[in-house]
Amino acid sequence: MSGHHASSTISAEVRAVEAFLEERGLLEPGEIDTRIDEFLAGGSPANGARIVARAWVDARFAERLLADANIAIREVGLSMAGGIQEQRLKVVANSAEEHNVVVCTLCSCYPIALLGPSPSWYKSEAYRSRVVREPRGVLRELGLELPASTAIAVWDASAESRYMVMPRRPEGTDGLSEEELAGLVTRKGLIGTAAV
Amino acid sequence: MPDRFAPGDRVRTRALDPAGHTRLPRYARGAVGTVVEPAGRHPLADDRARGLRPDPQPVYHVRFAAADLFGDGDHSVTVELWEDYLTPAEEQA
Repeated sequence: MSGHHASSTISAEVRAVEAFLEERGLLEPGEIDTRIDEFLAGGSPANGARIVARAWVDARFAERLLADANIAIREVGLSMAGGIQEQRLKVVANSAEEHNVVVCTLCSCYPIALLGPSPSWYKSEAYRSRVVREPRGVLRELGLELPASTAIAVWDASAESRYMVMPRRPEGTDGLSEEELAGLVTRKGLIGTAAV
Repeated sequence: MPDRFAPGDRVRTRALDPAGHTRLPRYARGAVGTVVEPAGRHPLADDRARGLRPDPQPVYHVRFAAADLFGDGDHSVTVELWEDYLTPAEEQA
């Protein structure tokens, strides 16, 4: 395993299991790191941004994306099939009436293939416990003040699906190309803790 | 086996506190919500964590009003729940 949690008990336990499996010939030395690297390769918020920009310029793609994201993202050359099995992707679209925000209260589930590794605050107990309870206040603390008339929908990734938010297209961006639009979309926007 | 629930169905979550692993978050236990849509079929995580190899069963996105979970709040929380966690809301109402 990589050394991120080198001091923790769980890390020592994992290392012991890993060493045992290597000793028995069930695991090649370094195989887990290789598998993790393969899983993370190519994962970046630029992927999610590309999907959103396509949906902004192509309403029919947006419809397909919201109906079956796994199939739709193949149109832009992306996939949720990079792990052990293909993960279901659900894209939720913001509107003037409703803003969406994603969390994993039980652990830290996250669409790594489309957003890259998750930010540390996403994995924090504070975010995970508070955003389901008082999302308006949490979003305000993160710099997103929503009008009182905008309802908030929190999505808790408690099972096998992964969620991504489709932000609203900002005003005054009619002249921008799809690529320029993708450049406006941030990781926080794709999680739902920023407007875009 | 067909899915037991359809979008729009009102469902109640299990209130039990299981001894082992579960993916039914504590805050969403014993609560009534509405099925949004099915989310595929997967082996129940609770059983897998016990070393069993259960058959896949339907999983649903279920939306709850915050007020029904926490007593206040004007937002909604959508949780992804295995069919085993759910009963029709009217059965225990």
